[in-house]
Amino acid sequence: MGMTMTQKILAAHAGMDCVSAGQLIQSKLDIVMGNDITTAVAIPEFKKTGAKEVFDKDKVVVVLDHFTPNKDIKAAEQCKSCRQFAYDTEIKNFFDVGEVGIEHALLPEKGIVVPGDVIIGADSHTCTYGALGAFSTGIGSTDMAIGMATGECWFKVPSAIKFNIIGKPSKYVSGKDVILHIIGMIGVDGALYKSMEFTGEGIKELSMDDRFTIANMAIEAGAKNGIFPVDELTIAYTKEHSTKPYTVYEADADAVYDEEYTIDLSTLRPTVAFPHLPENTKTVDEAGEVKIDQVVIGSCTNGRFSDMKIAADILRGKKVAKGVRTIIIPATQKIYLDCVKAGYVEDFINAGAIFSTPTCGPCLGGHMGIMAAGERCVSTTNRNFVGRMGHTESEVYLASPAVAAASAIAGKIASPEELEG
Amino acid sequence: MEAKGKVFKYGDNVDTDVIIPARYLNVSSGEELAKYCMIDIDPDFVNNMNKGDIIVATKNFGCGSSREHAPLAIKCAGVSCVIASTFARIFYRNAINIGMPILECEEAANDIENGNEVSINFDTGVITNITKNKTYQAQAFPEFIKKIMEADGLVQQTKKRLSN
Repeated sequence: MGMTMTQKILAAHAGMDCVSAGQLIQSKLDIVMGNDITTAVAIPEFKKTGAKEVFDKDKVVVVLDHFTPNKDIKAAEQCKSCRQFAYDTEIKNFFDVGEVGIEHALLPEKGIVVPGDVIIGADSHTCTYGALGAFSTGIGSTDMAIGMATGECWFKVPSAIKFNIIGKPSKYVSGKDVILHIIGMIGVDGALYKSMEFTGEGIKELSMDDRFTIANMAIEAGAKNGIFPVDELTIAYTKEHSTKPYTVYEADADAVYDEEYTIDLSTLRPTVAFPHLPENTKTVDEAGEVKIDQVVIGSCTNGRFSDMKIAADILRGKKVAKGVRTIIIPATQKIYLDCVKAGYVEDFINAGAIFSTPTCGPCLGGHMGIMAAGERCVSTTNRNFVGRMGHTESEVYLASPAVAAASAIAGKIASPEELEG
Repeated sequence: MEAKGKVFKYGDNVDTDVIIPARYLNVSSGEELAKYCMIDIDPDFVNNMNKGDIIVATKNFGCGSSREHAPLAIKCAGVSCVIASTFARIFYRNAINIGMPILECEEAANDIENGNEVSINFDTGVITNITKNKTYQAQAFPEFIKKIMEADGLVQQTKKRLSN
């Protein structure tokens, strides 16, 4: 029986010719990653294993991105413990304030993750790197600790759902709209324990940034991982960012899928997920009158340069509505600097938005944009659970950067097409 | 191994943000996290529960963030088991890795009501609803996972492996 793309990567890393869905395997790891919140829990567990050093100083990555710049004394203590651990273990890829970016934008940008890798990260959005044709999945702090000690992780081999992407998207339909549409269709547990394998001729219409956004939110459908085939665009991106050797895997022609869906990009509309689940999707045309208090543009889902560009293109020469706090957060220092050079920062500030240093901050209700009871935010982040961005009676509406920027100007959920009149 | 306690019942998609919101993630001690267990879905949970009580929920329990703080808060609050129709996958492996007992059983998850007295035999996977005088059969763990649980979690198992 043929294997899916994910199964082939896992088989190779488990030293086996073939694996099948449901099989429990021990896989070698190419990268083990954690952030300031999860690494702080992993460090004592790592020490309890008795390991004296990490399995490979080049393959352990610690990114202090969640509560940084330190939001309070306790967060500062957690970061301090991570910093000390990084120094003690002499890991090569430790990112502190000044070098740090949001992990899932930073690792591809720095060339730390490449096609064919097996990557675990103590952060649920680690599935992002599937955009590069890697097997990449979120795990917890104990798995991170064991991964750092042994370079291995246990997995149950997943079955897969195939998404055949066709067509060409219209101007304001982005990767975010594609993945919100899919989550709306299959539900927040629609891909539970499974791989989401994206394929089809429509993939070529999706930029790397679009693919990162789509793979990033595979977890919001419950998936173990999301994965894209490696094409010319992936190879070009990899060569531009990394000197690491990479391996291209392809699904077998006779691979078996639990389900198959066809997604026609030409039929999609800008999409918004209403509170309090990412599956509560409506097209922007169906949104109705939803007045807002805040807009957040950023995160591991949508804090990349193309996200900043479309926000700048929409906000340029306009003003955000009075009373809409518009918080724009580039995901990495490089993206920040590129925004400065492109003049976007001037566009944002002239429009009445703020532009911040990279941080996960408001996405998880950490800092930099917490909401009070009754407030509403249109956000380019990935979750709109109860209390996600502050008070349990606040509301998060998930959308693309284009819809978020247009909504900031309109003071309510709005389509960028409306602004074009 | 057995557990017995009163049930706190919840619905679908109980996410890790409501189990332990990010505003409490600036500490990593289980005892500290336990003080806020379930606070954004059931603010009185910690006050109302007794050690050994059981959480029952329907599908996709523990969805969202990878924060191990969620099963850790539940474990350290004294919950003896979480029963659900299905678990989100990261929560599932985190719970196993830290030795927090969880069982998947759709029939039990649907039938058990808030406040029911329930006992669990982990060796057989039999869940007994004392209040309703009914039993349900949960899926047994695969051998691989049983070994992790028997070793009291993945850290202890790895410690043995590394010392050999």
